[in-house]
Amino acid sequence: MPQDLCYLKETPSQTAGPYVHIGLAPSRAGLDGPFPDPGRVIAGPQAKGERIAIEGVIRDAQGGLVRDAVVELWQADAGGVYNSPEDARAAQADPQVAGWGRSATDFETGLYRFETVKPGPTPGPRVGGKPSRMAPHALIWIIARGINVGLLTRLYFSDEAAANADDPILARIEHADRRETLIAARAEPEGGPPVYRFDIRLSGLDETVFFDA
Amino acid sequence: MSADDPRAPIAGGYIARDRAWHPPAYAPAYKSSQLRAPQRPLIAHDATLSEMTGPVFGQDALGPLDHDLIRNAARDGDPIGPRILVHGRVADEIGRPVAGALIEIWQANAGGRYRHVTEKYIAPLDPNFGGCGRTVTDADGRYCFRTIQPGAYPWPNGPNDWRPAHIHFSLFGRAFAQRLVTQMYFEGDPLIPHCPILNAIADPAAVERLVAPLDRNAAMPMDALAYRFDMVLRGRRQTPFENRLDGA
Repeated sequence: MPQDLCYLKETPSQTAGPYVHIGLAPSRAGLDGPFPDPGRVIAGPQAKGERIAIEGVIRDAQGGLVRDAVVELWQADAGGVYNSPEDARAAQADPQVAGWGRSATDFETGLYRFETVKPGPTPGPRVGGKPSRMAPHALIWIIARGINVGLLTRLYFSDEAAANADDPILARIEHADRRETLIAARAEPEGGPPVYRFDIRLSGLDETVFFDA
Repeated sequence: MSADDPRAPIAGGYIARDRAWHPPAYAPAYKSSQLRAPQRPLIAHDATLSEMTGPVFGQDALGPLDHDLIRNAARDGDPIGPRILVHGRVADEIGRPVAGALIEIWQANAGGRYRHVTEKYIAPLDPNFGGCGRTVTDADGRYCFRTIQPGAYPWPNGPNDWRPAHIHFSLFGRAFAQRLVTQMYFEGDPLIPHCPILNAIADPAAVERLVAPLDRNAAMPMDALAYRFDMVLRGRRQTPFENRLDGA
């Protein structure tokens, strides 16, 4: 026998179940405390960049609304810097942008919603030995009853067609028509910030692209 | 050896998730998974800066009772049920402690009843128990909660399915790639072999990783029993001759 590599195995995932709100969004479970729901503020009032909202619904394989999901978002600031010590440029990060948000889908309408600033483009992986740039995007992570391992997807912006066309991750999706599932459509309602609509289909012909990254 | 030392191993992306070790998305015995499981292959790519970064939660974000479920929702006394400590260590796949990891937990009360607006089980709510807590790991990756041992409860899957007693865990590491939600079960629970959610995991060794042993050494005499639940988050590849990721 060769030597043992001695890596540990990742703890196996389990579903978040239908009562996920108790732990991750306690007010939505009906709890008064013990602390406010985390992840409500992604970008403070003084954050640089265009203020936007992101909203949508999640549908199952039959088109039914998934009303008991928790959705998380992780994004860079308007300058494309992550507020994380793992980003070597973190000292330049906009201190008003936490970059992380959490929203539970509504028990009636199924809508989730984030209010934030639009992220900037970010450094991408090396492609053919050369640095690349990723189009503005946010990571979206979905957990719910019936989801055994959290689902990771990416939200891109409909008004960034040129950057999207050069994005190295979108380019990995062999069936180009499936890339459309990751493009949030911009609308400009009166009396509010621009809203990007990002509906997610867990399963079916128009299934959203999910990633293993 | 600092990270700038040319001899230092340069960390690459994250070690790929072993999808055969985790439960599959489609696990028909767990009926809720049937309509919520993607059918197309996941698109695989090495972690980019987006997945290699993640939010940071400091100790200063926490309240003094956030990790004490016996007290953090109490109104006029202690909750009913066996008092327990749940403690352990969070490491990555390389074996290094994960410091500063936010751990969020939620659970039913001793009667198996969740405090949740949509929950209708006949077992009573406990006026002194909420079932929600959180903490952040210390420099050695260690954490501890004080709580009440949750009860088993019936659920509408098969005609007579009962969940083994469990506590839900949510973890953040240093990177969004490490994000994990799981459940902790209790050593000796006779419902464990009958649970379609837990047994969606194919490998018995992986199932065992979710069963916390009784830890008598960590019990508080005349106060609380203890269970130990260690967890492992994904680790970064150590690739000596890889170019440093731009921006990372």
